[in-house]
Amino acid sequence: MEGVVAAEQGIVSAERSRLVEGVRGYGLIVGMWLRSTMAYRASFVMTAVGNFVATGFDFVTIMLMFTHVDVLGGFTLPEVALLYGASATAFGLADLVLGSMDRLGRRVRDGTLDTLLVRPVPVLAQVAADRFALRRLGRITQGLLVLGYALLVLDIEWTPLKVAMLPMMVLSGAAVFGAVFVVGAAFQFFAQDASEVQNAFTYGGTTLLQYPPSVFAKDLVRGVTFVVPLAFVSWLPALYVLGRDYPLDLPRWVAFLPPVVAVGCWVIAGLAWRVGLRAYRSTGS
Amino acid sequence: MRLYAVVAAGGFRRYTTYRVATLAGVFTNTVFGFIMAYTYIALWDERPHLGGYDMSQALTYVWLGQALLMTCAMMGGGFEDELMERIRTGDIAVDLYRPADLQLWWMAGDLGRAAFHLLGRGIVPMVLGALAFDLALPGSPWTWLAFLVSVVLGVVVSFAVRFLVALSAFWLMDGAGAMQIAWLAGLFFSGMLLPLNLFPGALGEVARALPWSSLLQVPADVFLGTYAGWDLAGAYAFQAGWAVVLLLAGRLLQSVATRRVVVQGG
Repeated sequence: MEGVVAAEQGIVSAERSRLVEGVRGYGLIVGMWLRSTMAYRASFVMTAVGNFVATGFDFVTIMLMFTHVDVLGGFTLPEVALLYGASATAFGLADLVLGSMDRLGRRVRDGTLDTLLVRPVPVLAQVAADRFALRRLGRITQGLLVLGYALLVLDIEWTPLKVAMLPMMVLSGAAVFGAVFVVGAAFQFFAQDASEVQNAFTYGGTTLLQYPPSVFAKDLVRGVTFVVPLAFVSWLPALYVLGRDYPLDLPRWVAFLPPVVAVGCWVIAGLAWRVGLRAYRSTGS
Repeated sequence: MRLYAVVAAGGFRRYTTYRVATLAGVFTNTVFGFIMAYTYIALWDERPHLGGYDMSQALTYVWLGQALLMTCAMMGGGFEDELMERIRTGDIAVDLYRPADLQLWWMAGDLGRAAFHLLGRGIVPMVLGALAFDLALPGSPWTWLAFLVSVVLGVVVSFAVRFLVALSAFWLMDGAGAMQIAWLAGLFFSGMLLPLNLFPGALGEVARALPWSSLLQVPADVFLGTYAGWDLAGAYAFQAGWAVVLLLAGRLLQSVATRRVVVQGG
């Protein structure tokens, strides 16, 4: 009996040490890329500003729309800004940490993934940290600015729950998007040059969430609630903060589910990654 | 002339090998098309006839944008990466010794690429869009033809801009920044995010006068039948004018840059 417990603890601690190892490896590789980024400071500043402006165009587009209308799908500009800011910040965080995952297809194609397999660091950590791009802070900054604008302008009756909802929403949202990145990468083990499919769910997902759910057809909203649970990233918690009706007559408490949904997504992502990695056949080149 | 036809065919064929990538791209274009179409419906619900378009014209505009995104390389993604790499590594010296004109060579290849993307990534999203939404498709074959001419001119303008950007690598070495600025401008000022008719005041006037409006706004308006007779000729002249000016600027920069290569010794 004691033996079994000890063995179980052994497995648990092995899992944990793998996680620690992964995080450590990720940190080391990220550090390396940071040093190399900082070797060309001017280039870094330019691309970071570019990243900020590029993602800012999304919101500029929404502002241009609001020069013609007062409400879009029944939502005012500050309300849309809250949805936008929450989604853009959450996506920006996931993109900063895991945005390099879409390069996996190329590594599978040209066989350079093999070098990652023989290193004593979990492959996921290596792929995620590969070419870590600090310039992606531009997107996070832009999202936070829009979020800040929304919170300044909106007249919200704050409760402790609503205040707690903001960081919870952004962090769980980032985790959900992160899981989508990992599932997308796992898919590329099978479809090597299909990274654009991943873009549809990541970039497409964040674009979708930047508009109120009332804009979209019911089936689409159903899809991003129950199939790819993006609605939990920002729509549901943000609608709770705004005190607006939820889509699909969902009960009020679903706004508190994002952390649970995020954990669920990561379990699925972890399984998908394992299946993908196990199915990997080297090109042999 | 035959040489460039072969290069163009090669540019076309090269992309036919990326079959899965093309399918994936079609999927992504379709997803974005749906998302944008719904936001446009919300907008035109509030303000019918915004920018002179009715609802079905606005929706057609969305799907034209998705169909032409890769064709007119509004976000880049053509030859420019490769040309920049050749400039950076010095392989460009080899290209300059070839008995072909550098600019025409790359343009032929880019036209082939554009033709592939028009067929590969343009038609299917457009058909899917037409099945899901009520689109304003032209009834007359002449309008389709007029649209194709406008698209070709748009591709040439797009090429001319990207050629200039690529040549900047002679001076900048790392052209990533210049390329990013170029695709940002391409995305915003082509009308990809929102029709330029909806841009307010001076911003709208400037945006419509810039070369990038040739990439989507002008072809889309030709498709939607906004131009007839002399207006159509005017639209073509606008695109062709920018094409000539930008291609000449490319020539000039190319000759300056070439001298630089000789100075460096390749």
